[in-house]
Amino acid sequence: MRLEAIEAPGLARRLGLPAAALAATVLVAAGLAAIAGGNPLDVLGQIVQGAAGSKFARLETLNRATPLIFTGLAVAVAFRARLWNIGAEAQLYLGAVATVVIGTQSGLPGPLVIPAMAAAAVVAGGLMLLGPTLLKTRLGVDEVVTTLLLNFVVLLLVGYLLEGPMKDPMGMGWPKSPSLPAEARLPRMAEGLRLHWGFGLALICAAGVWLLQARTTLGFEMRAVGANARAARFAGMPVNAVLVKTALISGGLAALAGFSEVAGMKGNLTADISPGYGYTGIVVAMLALLNPLGVVVSALFVAGIFVGADSMSRQAGVPSYIADILLASALLFMVAALKLSRFRIVRG
Amino acid sequence: MAEILRLDGITKRFGPVLANDDISFALNEGEVLALLGENGAGKTTLMNILFGHYMADAGTVTVAGTPLPPGQPGAALEAGVGMVHQHFTLAGNLSVLDNVMLGTRPLFSLRAGRRAARARLAELSGRFGLAVDPDARVADLSVGERQRVEILKALYRDARVLILDEPTAVLTPQEVEALFATIRKAVAQGLAVVFISHKLGEVMAVADRVVILRRGAKVAEMRSAETDRHRLAEAMVGAEITPPDVPPAVPGEVLFRLDRVSTAGTPGLRAASLALRAGTITGIAGVSGNGQRALADLLSGLEVPVEGRAELMGAGLGIWSPRRAVGAGIARIPEDRHATGAIADFDLTGNAMLEDYHRPPMSRRGWLDRRAARRRAEEIIARYDVRCPGPATPIRLLSGGNMQKLILGRVLEAGPRIILAAQPTRGLDIGAVTYVHRQLLAARARGAAVLLISEDLDELRALSDVIHAIHDGELSPAFARGEITVKELGLWMAGQGGRDAA
Repeated sequence: MRLEAIEAPGLARRLGLPAAALAATVLVAAGLAAIAGGNPLDVLGQIVQGAAGSKFARLETLNRATPLIFTGLAVAVAFRARLWNIGAEAQLYLGAVATVVIGTQSGLPGPLVIPAMAAAAVVAGGLMLLGPTLLKTRLGVDEVVTTLLLNFVVLLLVGYLLEGPMKDPMGMGWPKSPSLPAEARLPRMAEGLRLHWGFGLALICAAGVWLLQARTTLGFEMRAVGANARAARFAGMPVNAVLVKTALISGGLAALAGFSEVAGMKGNLTADISPGYGYTGIVVAMLALLNPLGVVVSALFVAGIFVGADSMSRQAGVPSYIADILLASALLFMVAALKLSRFRIVRG
Repeated sequence: MAEILRLDGITKRFGPVLANDDISFALNEGEVLALLGENGAGKTTLMNILFGHYMADAGTVTVAGTPLPPGQPGAALEAGVGMVHQHFTLAGNLSVLDNVMLGTRPLFSLRAGRRAARARLAELSGRFGLAVDPDARVADLSVGERQRVEILKALYRDARVLILDEPTAVLTPQEVEALFATIRKAVAQGLAVVFISHKLGEVMAVADRVVILRRGAKVAEMRSAETDRHRLAEAMVGAEITPPDVPPAVPGEVLFRLDRVSTAGTPGLRAASLALRAGTITGIAGVSGNGQRALADLLSGLEVPVEGRAELMGAGLGIWSPRRAVGAGIARIPEDRHATGAIADFDLTGNAMLEDYHRPPMSRRGWLDRRAARRRAEEIIARYDVRCPGPATPIRLLSGGNMQKLILGRVLEAGPRIILAAQPTRGLDIGAVTYVHRQLLAARARGAAVLLISEDLDELRALSDVIHAIHDGELSPAFARGEITVKELGLWMAGQGGRDAA
């Protein structure tokens, strides 16, 4: 069997295959539910119900989607330029640390503190990715390895900070940071709605990234470097400088996930603030085909599966791990569908 | 003479494209058949069907009276058909003997029968005039030697039909002669040879019979004794072709000069001296991989001299980069238009502004002006006759010729003073080749200095006012038009110039 390139794939192929991938994911989920002893239709129904069936469920999904939009954008921006940032998790945590430091230590007046926290987070996350990127451009060190491994380094660093310098003296011995003062908390987007402005910021960032990529000179460079770095270099583009700028933007976006979780949701920093949002961001970005506006949709989809599966497992007794398998199979099917939308399988 | 190979009604369709349309021909023992056609005429598809890499939609392949099962790679090999590809399939870190034996015996008994294999290899070498050292590492061999190993590999497997796919592209004129001698020896001993080419002179020199393909169909079959180059060319292109007139050159000042320049990398330039004058075309002849890339990269801004001095319009290069080269008014037509000259997934608009996207009118204060970009693309499409559905078409959908026209438009539109044309016609059909030649001559008439790097000696000799040969990074002295014969040029290309020639 071989793959043969299709020069101009038709619309049916480009849209039908991803739809088929989604259908296959649902089938896998139904199969898993049956194996776990549930009624497949009920389980699927309860996942949908739990994710979007009530106002509370929908808000929960939006809240869960917020950090995923940020990390998804971070990954999408970097991957578009073929900078393989697997370190959104580390950038998220460093952004959270910077948020807490500024929020509790700066003593800035009320209206300034939130922008300062966000700026500090962006800088921290950008610098976090700058190191691996310089190692890549200067010495050719593979950034997949460095960014991935730095996730563990940063997680341990956060653990140390929470047991040491940043430990909350009032925390009854729990490894957590002091809480942010009220003026350093992100306000809710509407009165009575349990949805903070982090979500609004995420939407603005998605639009901003789209604008950057589609309409600016830097965005053109980023896409060119990602699509063919050799041709970009030949044409005169400063490839390394473009990668560095990409790294600062990508790291900054991932760090905003940490900022938004601390300032919008939790109010303080703990070592479990992210249940792998950095890694899930990769899934979100891939499902969105690296399109920044698509990231919003796919983050909502992924968040919905998590929230829905949690709720379903409480009722149906089917483990919520089904959500992880669902996402993994959705990604695999989608990757296969994308390949097949540009290639056909030929026998012989 | 017995018939050894027969293709009958071979048809293959890729989507809307008819790559092979009911092609039939037969090959006899002791005969050289040339398969002549432009790029994209369907030669490669046909050979892939013969070898079972593709399945034909219709038609059969018969070897020595037995039909081959379709879609089974290996069946043709088994039946005694051997192929030497354009891109060799040798293991570089193994010896010649190992490469020849590879795959001919069970995995775990590679040592067994080495002596017999060595004797057989020596015998084949002698019989076909293919001298190689069986213990040499393939990676250390020259391209011509590697080709000999490929041919020996096929002969070792008792090939009765030998298919050579564009075998002369990588050879010096002398090596081409040696290859032809081998082919003649092979057919004298009853082998049959299919010689795939688009070079008319070679086809006339070596083939007994010529099958001409055009747009996937067989348009003519002639005995080479009963035809001439002109008629072959007409059949291949489907129209009368007229070579461009080359008016006498009006040389001006030196715009670019290399004085004993060396570059890093292998093969880099070694103490190369060169002067590009306004109003002239300077040709570089050489077997591929002899430093042409280093020379092109130097002019493109990708390489810097590590020794010697390079001068641009009389001044040093300064901090040298592709963007500086573009800014200095050097038009660069890269050797590999797919990988270097264009971004395949970008549309024509994006590709048309690759070099000046960062300057007005393409961009202002960091924002792209999409309308200006589109207008530019439309202008190039119209003025350089780029056949395409529109400026929003991904460039990968264009044929090589149309892609090259877009690149020409991109770099020539600004009226550059220096033009680097690296293999500008490689892989193009004759119509596009003529177009490229006319554009280069027009630029020369306008007073531009053109550096033409090519492996096609006919092209070089037709266009170049001054010609250098390049071998292992060293440039020969400059020869004016008509000052050097092909034979002498071949010796310089092999690194033996100036010793027993010139």
